[in-house]
Amino acid sequence: MSEFLHMGGYAVFVWPAYVAVMGVVVILGIQSWRSQKTLTAEAARLKQTMGEEEQH
Amino acid sequence: MAFFALIGREVRLAWRQGNSSAMAVTFFLVAVTLFPLGIGPELSVLARISAGVIWVAALLSALLTLDRLFQQDFEDGSLDLLALAPMPMELIVLAKSIAHWLTTGLPLVVAAPLLAVLLNMDSGGLGILMLSLAIGTPALSLTGAIGAALTVTVRRGGVLMPLLILPLYVPTLIFGVGAVDAVLNNIVAGPNLLYLGALSLVALALAPFAAAAAIRLALE
Amino acid sequence: MMHRFANPTRFVRLADRMLPWLFIVTLGSFAVGLYMALITSPPDYQQGDSVRIMYVHAPSAWMGLFGYMVLAGASFASLVWRHPLADAAAKASAPIGAAFTGLALLTGSLWGQPMWGTWWVWDARLTSMLVLFFLYLGYMALWSAIEDRQKASKAAAILALVGAINVPIIKFSVDWWNTLHQPASIMRQGGPSMDSAMLWPLGIMFVAFNAYYAMVLMWRIKAELAARKIETLRYNQAARQEGPAARQEGPAARQEGQAVLEEGS
Repeated sequence: MSEFLHMGGYAVFVWPAYVAVMGVVVILGIQSWRSQKTLTAEAARLKQTMGEEEQH
Repeated sequence: MAFFALIGREVRLAWRQGNSSAMAVTFFLVAVTLFPLGIGPELSVLARISAGVIWVAALLSALLTLDRLFQQDFEDGSLDLLALAPMPMELIVLAKSIAHWLTTGLPLVVAAPLLAVLLNMDSGGLGILMLSLAIGTPALSLTGAIGAALTVTVRRGGVLMPLLILPLYVPTLIFGVGAVDAVLNNIVAGPNLLYLGALSLVALALAPFAAAAAIRLALE
Repeated sequence: MMHRFANPTRFVRLADRMLPWLFIVTLGSFAVGLYMALITSPPDYQQGDSVRIMYVHAPSAWMGLFGYMVLAGASFASLVWRHPLADAAAKASAPIGAAFTGLALLTGSLWGQPMWGTWWVWDARLTSMLVLFFLYLGYMALWSAIEDRQKASKAAAILALVGAINVPIIKFSVDWWNTLHQPASIMRQGGPSMDSAMLWPLGIMFVAFNAYYAMVLMWRIKAELAARKIETLRYNQAARQEGPAARQEGPAARQEGQAVLEEGS
């Protein structure tokens, strides 16, 4: 295990590279998913309330 | 005929409004002077970097006067009047770009040898320096017109425009400096000059359309 | 053909059907790819374990370039056919592409340090990526600087096309400059001579990155379309309260223009 973490002496370079890439990938993914979710819900809610107003 | 009249108007305006040519050249001079102060006065080092420094300073000086290209006319409404004229917007953009080159690019070409002497450039490079600037600066004015047109409605467009335009100036810089360095190292400068000319021609063919589209959008 | 996918509602329906699959593919290929890249693939005989950076560096660089291609293609479609969807796609692609371009620069630098002994070398590839990164930043800055959404999208599209014409010119000039100043590039990358034990993890990582890009692009397009819908709904709501006269202007009138254009083509 420690040998794996050691990366043949290149740990200082390999791990930051992977952490940065996966970190950005995860953060960008979550942020995009969340904003899509909330905005779609908001649009649906607005449409519904407006539809109700129309019926009155 | 109206085309040349427009160029004349632009040049006259540039002369009247605080003389932007003189400002651009002064900036050029001051910017170049900063390099020996920052790097040190060693003559061989200065000679080595002279072509690059002068070209970079020329890019920045050209940029300095670009934000006035459409902004002033946009703000006082004369751009709307120009748009109503029978002349297509592409030609208006072209006239303004030519005027920009006449009032900024050309003075830079003339001032460049003085700066080359300050930076201890070999005298064999002076001619090619002027030639490369003369061939390359039209591309700067034309490409710059796109940036000026895109940011004309932006309140702080003067900050945004360099960000949009400077990456596009990279090829002009590379071939411009390449031509001068080639002569200084006794290599043929032909290919560099040809590419530099090609850049200016491509900019001449395409930039007026892009900039005109952006201006029409701003006037909508 | 183009129109069927260009319809926003249809796009959202299609995307909703594809997204679960894309999510599974992304997750699965990242899991397998990372496992192979970090554990089962052999160290390089020259570069040792530092070669493992390649498995994230090369796909990042590719996604950075691909993101700009999508950005430029979508901008073209949005200018010529005025598809609202193309517009949203261009805007959605920029932050993803910029993020990957930035990652390619960062991982290139981390890979370069043990190889070159310095964090940054003005290698032709890295320099071109840096200029591409600046192009992305300019594009996003222009988007955020213009308040009117329609105007911002058109201005950004013009800039994207100008940039797309310039990308190959910049690439060519940087290669030219690089051969003048430093004859040989040291970074060894990819190529058919590579061992298949390295080719497999690299290929799987490419699949993972592409699937991820497609997935996030769809999410971002959906978000952008929803944001526009909210804007229109809010506007109509406000207009209704002010009376029917005010309703004719603004987004409604603009959409009318759009409908005419779509019928015409």
